[in-house]
Parts: sequence; C-alpha cells; structure tokens
Amino acid sequence: MSVYGPVVKIHPVVLASICDSYERRNEGASRVIGTLLGTVDKHSIEVTNCFSVPHNESEDEVAVDMEFAKNMYELHKRVSPTEVIIGWYATGFDITEHSVLIHEYYSREASNPIHLTVDTALQSGKMNIRAYLSAQMGVPGKTVGVMFTPLTVKYIYYDTERIGVDLLQRTRDAPSRSKGLTSDLSQVGGAAARVQDMLTTVLAYIDDVLSGKVAADNSVGRFLTDLVNKVPTIPPEDFENMLNSNINDLLMVTYLSNLTQAQIALHEKLVLLS
Amino acid sequence: MASRKELSSVSSSGMASTGGTLDSPVKQVQIEGLVVMKIIKHYQEEGQGSEVVQGVLLGLVVDDRLEITNCFPFPQHTEDDADFDEVQYQMEMMRSLRHVNIDHLHVGWYQSTYYGSFVSRALLDSQFSYQHAIEESVVLIYDPIKTAQGSLSLKAYRLTPKLMEICKEKDFTPEGLKKASIGFENMFEEVPIVIKNSHLINVLMWELEDKSTVADKHELLNLSSSNHLEKSLQLLMDRVDDMSQEIVKYNTYSRNLSKQQQQKHQYLQRRQQENAQRQSRGEAPLPEEDMSKLFKPPQPPPRMDSLLIAGREQDHLHPGGK
Repeated sequence: MSVYGPVVKIHPVVLASICDSYERRNEGASRVIGTLLGTVDKHSIEVTNCFSVPHNESEDEVAVDMEFAKNMYELHKRVSPTEVIIGWYATGFDITEHSVLIHEYYSREASNPIHLTVDTALQSGKMNIRAYLSAQMGVPGKTVGVMFTPLTVKYIYYDTERIGVDLLQRTRDAPSRSKGLTSDLSQVGGAAARVQDMLTTVLAYIDDVLSGKVAADNSVGRFLTDLVNKVPTIPPEDFENMLNSNINDLLMVTYLSNLTQAQIALHEKLVLLS
Repeated sequence: MASRKELSSVSSSGMASTGGTLDSPVKQVQIEGLVVMKIIKHYQEEGQGSEVVQGVLLGLVVDDRLEITNCFPFPQHTEDDADFDEVQYQMEMMRSLRHVNIDHLHVGWYQSTYYGSFVSRALLDSQFSYQHAIEESVVLIYDPIKTAQGSLSLKAYRLTPKLMEICKEKDFTPEGLKKASIGFENMFEEVPIVIKNSHLINVLMWELEDKSTVADKHELLNLSSSNHLEKSLQLLMDRVDDMSQEIVKYNTYSRNLSKQQQQKHQYLQRRQQENAQRQSRGEAPLPEEDMSKLFKPPQPPPRMDSLLIAGREQDHLHPGGK
C-alpha cells in the first residue's frame, strides 16, 4: 500500500454518519456523496465531521447540489470554526468517471482534497474504507488523466469517543440490537474482569515460554519487565493502611452526603407543611 | 425520601424520581449510536472552555417510545444577536436536513453539564417551552467528566406534569408550590435510555474493532479519584451556602409578614378605639382606610430558586457518594 502522502485519520462519528445517510438515501440512488470536514496537518489529515449532499446520478451525467453544500458548510462553520472542507466521500466500491467530475468540483473548494470510499454494499464481505488523493497522470499536452492514489487510513478517537464506541459495540451482541446503559457497579466489575482476563492471558503465555512451547520473543519480554517494574514496591502493611484511609475518606463523604440529603428532604417537608 | 437510582435495565417501567411508573406519554427513549457519538464529539471539540454546549435532537415518536435519530449542535452564544441567529440557524439546518431525508421533527435538546449539576432556571424555561410545544420532548444531559472516567453518562429528563402546571401559571410563591406539593424530587422525571443501532452500523463496529487498538478504560478502577471528589464536594458546599441564603431570605420574609400582621392589628384596634371615642363624643367616625394601601404586604420570595438549588444539591450528592 503506497504511503506517499498524508495519513488520513478518521473519527468514527464520520463513518457512522456516512452509513446513516446511505440508509436514508433516495429511492433509486445507488450511492450517496457528501462533504468531509476536518483539519489538515503537515503529515496527516484528520476527518472529524461530514454531511451528505443531495445529488443525481445517471448513466451519462451527474448533478450535485452545490448551493446546498455551500449552505451546509456555512452552518457547520458557525458551530466549529476550525473545520474546513478537506474532501468528499462516496459510498460504493469503485471509483467511476463521475467521481472525477465531483472531485474536480471539490478541488475548487479545498486544496488537494481527499476522496473517501466506504463500501456499504459490502461487496467483498467487509466494509472497505479507503482514502485517495488525486494525481495527474498521462502525457502532458496530450491525453491527461487523473489517477487516484490510495492513502493509509487510521482510526483515531478521543477518550470519551472510545468509551461511547465501546458501549455501541456491545449492542451488536444483543439479539434485539439494543442495550440499556449499565449501572456503575456492573461497569467496575466489567473492567476488573477485563484486567483479570488480560493477566490470565499474559500468565499463560509466560508459562508456555518457560516450558518451551513457544519461542521467547524479546520485545514481549521487555514489555513484561516494564509491567513488573511499574508496580511500586510497597510493603503490604503500608498498602493496607493507604487503602483503608482512602476508604475511610470515602465513607465520611458518603455519610456527609446522606446527612445533607436528609436535611434537604426534611426542609422540603417542613416547608410544605407550614 | 426518594433517591435517584442509577439506570440498570431495559425495562419499560420508568425510573421516575417518585420510584413508580411514569404516567407520561414517553416511557422509553431510544437513541441511535450516531447521536451519542455526535454529542460526545461536540463536547470534546467545542466545550472545553465554556460551561455548556447545547444542541437539538431530531427524531420521531413511535408508540410510547421516543426515537432519536439525529442531532445537530448549536453555536455558542458569543455574539449579541444570538437570539435571532439561533432561530434562523435552526430553520436553515432543518430545511437542509430535510433534503437528505433526515427526520426533521424536533423532539428535544441536549446539554452538557459540569460535574453533574444541570438544574438551572434557563434549563427549566427551555424545557418548559419545548414540552409545551411538543408533548414528548426530553432533555438529554451528557456528563463528559463521568464519561471520561469510564462509563457513558447520558440521562434523559422531562418535567413532571405538576411542574408544568406551575410553570404555566408562573406562580412561584410559596403558597402556589404548597398547593401543588412539589418537592425537589418531583421536578424532573428520568426516562430510561436504550441505545439501538442499525445492522449497517453494527458491521461498521466490527470493522472498527478489527482495526483499532484496545481501549484503555481503566480509569474506572482508578483508586485515586480524589480530585473529582473534591470538586464535587466544593460545588456541594457552594450550593449549601446558596441554600442557606435563600432560607435566611425566607425567614426575614416571614418575620416581616408577621410583624406587619401585628401592626395591622394594632392599627385596627386603635382605629376602633378612636371610633368608639368619637361616637361617644357624637362625632362622625373616621372612615376605615384601605388597609392594603397602608400596609403593602412584603413580596414572598420566589421559591423556585430554592427548589432549583435543592435540585442541584441532589445532583452533586449522587455522583459524589460512591
């Protein structure tokens, strides 16, 4: 995969928007297009937002509602002034001749726009997400064409986004495709269970290496030493003391908050009585 | 004393603050994953400085479920002509979204919160106007700090019918509130949230999981949560201060009221005595003067503020007490 050119970093919000607009497409339209918004860096392009643009496509012509695109961009700019048009997206697997025309339009809006394709029809069994940059090719002066060069695509998340995505990923397991938000305690339990699983995997690997079943890998070994060194050496009594004093603090806060709660409730009742 | 339990299941019996089932037209709120991500992103990008970020929810109502299918953010209130801008912005957004077949029915709005306190006059007014116009609207409160700690904190609230009545009358006097017997617990009712995704989005999720690194969400297990606790406690103390000020105001009001009653009483008695004397002397009695002109009753302080403050205290109490 050619890596000349900037890395494209996509936020999951963009992909979800694209899928959603594909599902809501007009009757008869085989694909959806839209504008990508984001920020450009020296070596990377970060795509943070998008909106779909109505367009009509037939065998020999394509019409895109440019006014609409401009309007939407203005509205979006009011909310997030740092986002600029960095390219456009289309659902579907291939790049057609129409894409070239649309790409030309977008080159007027942004310098060096990127083109993103999302294969929502799942032609190859997976949802392929690819990004391209256009480059001139051909013999100068005679037949000139445009070639789309692929770029590396990475997914990046904000921390909170990551947590949101994890919650969404849990919905795909439930048969009704829906899930309520879990309570705090069960989430703490879940996180603890996950850490435990990870530790078990690591221990199993170490056992395998020690008994010779798996060849030792130096980099893994280095990670393991890091891990072991990260745990600070505290004598167990000190650790217990720290833990207990922490728990005492929390208990005191709980007690105070319950007290305040009781006071507020009493106050309300008295006011209503008087 | 009702306590606001955390959301724990998908059951349709509501988790209203009264603890019983909701008797409102909306028993459940179904949100699409896309909306959740958009709200998170909006706060992340634009909300770092200011207090709140807001936006509009779009969707439709199906049976007793409120389905939220899309949303768009509001720009911040930086310019002075914010009011006109807002309406126009909203209209344009909705018109444009209609072209791309996105549901353009307003069903509510969302707001981010700081450490869990969101009960404010502005919120009350906005939610009241929304609920007045559209029966089933909700306000989604997103808590970014709690979410960053590991669990998505998104709650949907509506005003109880009682509170709607009060807001309609704009009768915030103590007597009015007593008549409706509203405590801070009956102000808002919470509606359970369910997240639902379409199949295509599920495919997307599989794809993402393949390609991305394991999440580092072990903040949940972090033992040193003290700075969040400190912050919550500080805000709680501020609220308690506000509350005591309100109480002092109320006490002075009632003291003034009773003093005034006494004065009125004395005045009447003196009047009567004088009249009796005059009658005995054969003169015409003095006219009874209009009591109310002499003694203007002191204004009862609006109790709405103290209700709000009590509500806010509750907000702080619950995330604080682990």
